[in-house]
Amino acid sequence: MRKASTPPQTDGGWRAALTRRLEHGDLIWRFALSLAAIATVALIIWIAWSIWVDSAPSRQAFGLKFISPWAKQSWNPVLDKFNAWPAIYGSLVTAFLALLIAVPFSLAIAIFLSELAPPRLRGVLNYMVEMLAAVPSVVYGLWGIYVFLPLVVVPLGNLLAATLGKVPALAIFFRGPIPASGLSRLGAALILVIMITPTITAVSRDVLLAIPRSQREASLALGATQWETVWKVLIPYGLSGILGAVILGLGRAIGETMAVTMVIGNTTGGGYSILRPGYTMASIIANEFAEAVSDMHASALIEIGVVLFAITLLLNAFARWLVWRVNRRTVGR
Amino acid sequence: MNRSGLFAQIDLRRVYRRRKIVNTVMLSLTGLATLLAVIPLVWITVYVLIKGGASINLDFFIHLPRPMGTPGGGVLQAIEGSFVMVVLASLFSIPPALLAAFYLAHSPNTPLANALRFSTDLLSGVPSIVIGLFGYAIIVVYQKHYSALAGGVVLAIIMLPVVLRSAEEMLKLVPKELREGALALGSPEWRAAISVLLPAAAEGIVTGIMLAIARATGETAPLLFTALGNDNYEIGNIIRQGIHYHQSLGQIIGNIVSQPTDALPLTLWKYAQQPYPERVQQAWAVALVLMLFVLLLNIVARLWLASAKRHRR
Amino acid sequence: MPEPLATKMEVQNISVFYKDFKALNDISLPIYANRITAIIGPSGCGKSTLLRSLNRMNDLVPGHRLEGKVLLDGEDIYAPNVDVVDVRRRVGMVFQRPNPFPMSIYDNVAFGPRLYGIKSKAVLDEIVEKSLRGAALWDDVKDKLKQSGMALSGGQQQRLCIARAIAIEPEVLLMDEPASALDPVATLRIEELAIRLKENFTIVIVTHNMQQAARISDFTAFLMMNEERAGELVEFGDTSTLFTRPKDQRTEDYITGRFG
Repeated sequence: MRKASTPPQTDGGWRAALTRRLEHGDLIWRFALSLAAIATVALIIWIAWSIWVDSAPSRQAFGLKFISPWAKQSWNPVLDKFNAWPAIYGSLVTAFLALLIAVPFSLAIAIFLSELAPPRLRGVLNYMVEMLAAVPSVVYGLWGIYVFLPLVVVPLGNLLAATLGKVPALAIFFRGPIPASGLSRLGAALILVIMITPTITAVSRDVLLAIPRSQREASLALGATQWETVWKVLIPYGLSGILGAVILGLGRAIGETMAVTMVIGNTTGGGYSILRPGYTMASIIANEFAEAVSDMHASALIEIGVVLFAITLLLNAFARWLVWRVNRRTVGR
Repeated sequence: MNRSGLFAQIDLRRVYRRRKIVNTVMLSLTGLATLLAVIPLVWITVYVLIKGGASINLDFFIHLPRPMGTPGGGVLQAIEGSFVMVVLASLFSIPPALLAAFYLAHSPNTPLANALRFSTDLLSGVPSIVIGLFGYAIIVVYQKHYSALAGGVVLAIIMLPVVLRSAEEMLKLVPKELREGALALGSPEWRAAISVLLPAAAEGIVTGIMLAIARATGETAPLLFTALGNDNYEIGNIIRQGIHYHQSLGQIIGNIVSQPTDALPLTLWKYAQQPYPERVQQAWAVALVLMLFVLLLNIVARLWLASAKRHRR
Repeated sequence: MPEPLATKMEVQNISVFYKDFKALNDISLPIYANRITAIIGPSGCGKSTLLRSLNRMNDLVPGHRLEGKVLLDGEDIYAPNVDVVDVRRRVGMVFQRPNPFPMSIYDNVAFGPRLYGIKSKAVLDEIVEKSLRGAALWDDVKDKLKQSGMALSGGQQQRLCIARAIAIEPEVLLMDEPASALDPVATLRIEELAIRLKENFTIVIVTHNMQQAARISDFTAFLMMNEERAGELVEFGDTSTLFTRPKDQRTEDYITGRFG
């Protein structure tokens, strides 16, 4: 771990070397550095361990049925019976819907920023993308409740209910009516789109900008149009990185708490329709933990935290694997 | 000419026309997408400016809230609470983050370094609400009450990876010769680190800290069950009381950090969902303050970094 | 000479600007069909700029402007109604550093034809084999067409890029110091390949290696910077004459190694 300088033999060996290093304070310095590093690693382990232990009552009482879509019990604090599926479904459906809209959008913006925008416009737009990412999520929530839901989500929800809601196969997902307030999974998903687009855009843009110019030239010299160059050369070249950006966006969408809690309506009902209010894993913790009615209730909420942690772990491991794969390809060149 | 005639068989004009249309349409779509994406940013900013600006005044900054349903009053408690917790979070997070970053700069390839990087990624990826659960478990349960201390700790956990990462990046950019030069002059490692490396990377590190503070100031979820909120939190009162009862400085500081505390985003969250129009009005004002603060910090940080980089060159 | 001299391209009084900077000044030269034309000169004299003017690759550089005409089969490729995509199909290019796409060898070569809507596997197979044979790479890679083009050696990668370029049957092939990143053996193979390719293509090659120009080219253009740092054509002629009896003192100085 450390490159110990060989103690000069004439100085009386390691004892003198040790004394000298102590005098210089280097040993203490190294110790402090390693301690900080170890503490950071220990912190994440501690977090995992802590929520794992605190979720024990719930884990023991409900086992795998806790996360099962087919479990008979529902989320019932009064009876102390808990099944997290409504929240898990809410997280999945809102995150999926958000990605579905945000990914093509972000990719398009990233392409515009990296390939088309004149330098000055690019600078301004880059700034806006960064700012959009920096706005606190409660501000999105507030704007969502009073502006976005009534003006955008409610009309859109009514439209969907009147169209897709009438298609037999899709009715389960688009059954109306959307509440007059607009509080719904659809509202949450659309707010998430606005929140994760900057993240995915920024990373994809950097990926595209990092592709060597020679790739663009090779393609254009073969008579490819600019779009063909983007679509058939640049995107495949940067696919791993773009996938990484999407994973990052997915992580944000699943972990996002406040804005979602403010616009999703917070109920374990709602069936499967995206036009109805619901919960996400993060929002159910935010909404119920401070007022948990029993230890089992608290423990169940913490177990949802465990699920969130596990998802984060998986997404991070996947992203690492992608990076590793890209590096291997580069080395193989 | 030895033409196989393959391209002679293709109606090139038609192929070109089709490809050109696709090209124009798709490239225009990317521009359109960009334009569309700008709309929410402008919409939010303008709306918050108008709505918030209308209800902001001096009282807003210097008074505690009035009882619900009565107009007037301010959010002094939230401003002070945010300040206290962000200071605590900075104290808890910056020193270890910098030390750990120095560790990475010093021994970038050890197993511990790899574990550290992975942990940092995880820490920044874990939903902040889960950090809140952790803060509750290790402090609130133990102290048996909500406190600024607990809030400060969870915010510190959120700041830690941000500071660590940016510091690592910046230290990486410091030329190796600089450090080796200092060591060759016989100065101990820690002195070389503090007197050579740190100043060389300072602008970048400070930028990282500013971004981390911006992030912590806007963070709500982990405070929900650590700081909880407190309409009557007022540092001036706590100090006056402390003096009145002849408490020591330590006790007064203890009082400041060990009671339930409000924060700007917490207030915004609570006010936004209340049925009283005055409160909603104030929520917009809080949003304005919060957004201006966070955006300003971001802009200053980025401008500073850009000018520092130009300067370096 | 197997065929009579025909002019494939003709550069007529072109000057190239990047914003306010003049990179090339009033250059004119013919490019003969099925011959190798070499462009030589000291570094920074605008050799690559001239080459890239022949398939409008300079259009990509912001602030680029060109005066004069570049005729391809008698038609100006900078005329307003000309399709730049078509120009680049007819005038292919091979770059200084091998730049294969990170996809399979097969897909690299099939990339161009696919742009033109050729989807039939049989036709693509034929084009790929023909192009790889044309680039003298077929025997090396015929058993591993599905492997990544990035996994080949530098010289093989460059030949793959040549195969990729000739797969769309260009009429002219531009080579921008195609061997400068390669070792001597690989360089030799590229040179042999260039000589073979002139049967089917008109070739323009930029090189800073005078021996290379002398070995492979039929005609040579010698460029130098003038006082305003803009590239100018000093001398153009058939290679053996230019190297043995240069008309211009500066050419003689350069080829005898007195500067540059």
